Amino acid sequence: MKRVFTAIPYLWLLGLFLVPFLIVLKISLSDAAIAIPPYMPTLDLSEGWAGLTSFLSELDMENFVFLTEDDLYWKAYLSSLKIAVLSTLLTLAVGLPIAYGMARAPEDWRPTLMMLVILPFWTSFLIRVYAWMGILSNEGLLNQLLISIGLISDPLVILNTNTAVYIGIVYTYLPFMILPIYASLERMDPSLLEAAEDLGCSRLTAFWIVTLPLARPGVIAGCFLVFIPAMGEFVIPSLLGGSSTLMIGKVLWEEFFSNRDWPVAGAVAIILLLILIVPIVLFQRQQAKAEAGH
Amino acid sequence: MTRLTPFNIVSLTLGFAFLYIPMLVLVVYSFNSSKLVTVWAGFSTKWYGELFRNEAFLEAAWVTVKVGFFSSTLATILGTMAAYTLVRRARFPGRTLFSGMIYAPLVMPEVITGLSLLLLFIAIGLDRGVLTIVLAHTTFSMCYVSVVVSSRLVTFNQSLEEAALDLGCTPFEAFRAVTLPIILPAVAAGWLLAFTLSLDDLVIASFTAGPSATTLPIKVFSSVRLGVSPEINALSTIIIGLVTIGVVTASLVSKRAISRRAAEERAAET
Repeated sequence: MKRVFTAIPYLWLLGLFLVPFLIVLKISLSDAAIAIPPYMPTLDLSEGWAGLTSFLSELDMENFVFLTEDDLYWKAYLSSLKIAVLSTLLTLAVGLPIAYGMARAPEDWRPTLMMLVILPFWTSFLIRVYAWMGILSNEGLLNQLLISIGLISDPLVILNTNTAVYIGIVYTYLPFMILPIYASLERMDPSLLEAAEDLGCSRLTAFWIVTLPLARPGVIAGCFLVFIPAMGEFVIPSLLGGSSTLMIGKVLWEEFFSNRDWPVAGAVAIILLLILIVPIVLFQRQQAKAEAGH
Repeated sequence: MTRLTPFNIVSLTLGFAFLYIPMLVLVVYSFNSSKLVTVWAGFSTKWYGELFRNEAFLEAAWVTVKVGFFSSTLATILGTMAAYTLVRRARFPGRTLFSGMIYAPLVMPEVITGLSLLLLFIAIGLDRGVLTIVLAHTTFSMCYVSVVVSSRLVTFNQSLEEAALDLGCTPFEAFRAVTLPIILPAVAAGWLLAFTLSLDDLVIASFTAGPSATTLPIKVFSSVRLGVSPEINALSTIIIGLVTIGVVTASLVSKRAISRRAAEERAAET
C-alpha cells in the first residue's frame, strides 16, 4: 500500500509539474513561428535519433539574448524587485505593531483577534484588490474624505500609479506578515520585558533588545511570504497600477496573451524563476531550521 | 503579556480598521441605488436582483463550484497520500525530488504555473475547458493539502498503526481504521483550503480555461478591468457574507471542542 500511496501523487506531480516546467524550458530555447503551436522546432520522435539531434541543434539562447538587449525586460525585472522589496518592508512596518499588540492582548481575546486576521485571507483575493479601486479613484472615498475635511482642494491621483500598487500589496499580504510574527511573539515570556525594565531599560529599548530578537524568525518568515508572491504579482499591478507600472508578471501575461510570443514568455518565466530561487531556497532552509529548533 | 499599552491599542485599532474598512465599503455600496458607485443615492437591493438575472455570472459561478468541488476532492486524496509518504517513508528512491515537487508549487509564481500547464495541455493536444482547470487546480492545491495533513501526521503516534497491523489488519485496513479517523480533521481542513484556493484562483484558471469554460474570477476580472460596478459589489458582499459565516462557525466549533476537551480532562483528573 505504501508503494501505491507514493506512486500516485509522484506520477501526478511528475506529469503535471515537472514535465510542464521542462516544456517551458524547452520553448524558451525555441524560436517563435507563425504556426500552431506558434514556435519551432517541434520534436518529431518518429524520425528517431536523427530527429532528436536536429531538434537539439535548433535550440538556442536567442530569446535570453533578446531579453538582455531590450531594456523593457530589464526595467520590468528591476521595477518588480523594487516594488516587491519596498512593499515587503512596508508590510513589515504595518504588520509588526499589529502582531505585537495581538501578542500582548488578554489571552481570551487572542482567538478572536486571530480569526479577524485570518478572515480576509479566506475572502477572495480579487475582491480585496477590487475594493481599493473604489476607494482610491479620483472621485473615490479617500479623495471625497480629504476634500470634505479641507486637507486638499484637488483630488489626488492615486489609482493607476505605483502608490496604489504598494497599498494593494500591503493590504492583501498583511495576514501573511502578521501570523508568523504573532506565532513567534505569542510564546514570549512577559517577565523578560519586566526584567529589562527593572534593569533600567526604557520601554523602547526593551522592545528593541528583547522583543525584536524574539520576533526574528517570524519576521523573516513573514518577509519571505510577502516578497516571493509579490515579485510575480499580476492582479494587483493590472487592476491598481497604471500604464507606467512595470511588473514582470504583467509583462509575461501580455507577452503570452497579447503578443503571442510564447518563446519569449517562456524565457521571461525562466529568468523570473532564477531570480526567485535564491529567496525560495533561503526560506526553505530557514523553515527547516525553525522546525528542527522545536 | 497582558498589559496593553496605549501604543498597542492604537496599532490594533488602526490595523483592524485598515483590514476591514475596504470590505465594509464594498458591502455598504452594494446597497446603493445609484449606478455611480461613489455617490450615495439611497438604499436599494436592486443590484442583487441584477446579479441573479445575469446568466453569464450564474453560469460562471456554477463552473467555479464544479471545478472547486472536483479539484479539491482529487487534491485531498492525492495530498493525503503524499503527506503519508512524506511522513511515514523516510527512504525511497527519488524522495528528494518528491518533497521538492510538493513544496515548489507553494512558492511558484502563479503566472509560471499557469503558463507551464497551458503549454503541457497544448503539447498533448488536450482541449481546454473544465477538465484542464480541474487538473491545474488539483496540482497546486494537493501540495497545500499535503502540508496541512502532514503537520497532523507527524504529531500522532505511529505505534497505533503498528498495533493494528499486529492485530491482523492489512496496511490499508490499518490506514482506514486507525490513521484516517485521527487525521480526519486535518484532511477536512485541507479540503476546505483546496476548495477556497480553487474558487479564488484567477491567474492559473485564465491560462488553463478555454472559451467553453469561464470561471467566476475570470468573469469578475474582465468586468472590473473596465471599472467599479455595483453588481460586483453585490457579488463581493455575498462572498464576504458566506466566508464570514463559515469562519465564525468554524472558530466557534473549534472553541467548543477545546473547552469540551478541557472539561473532560478535568473530569478525568478528579
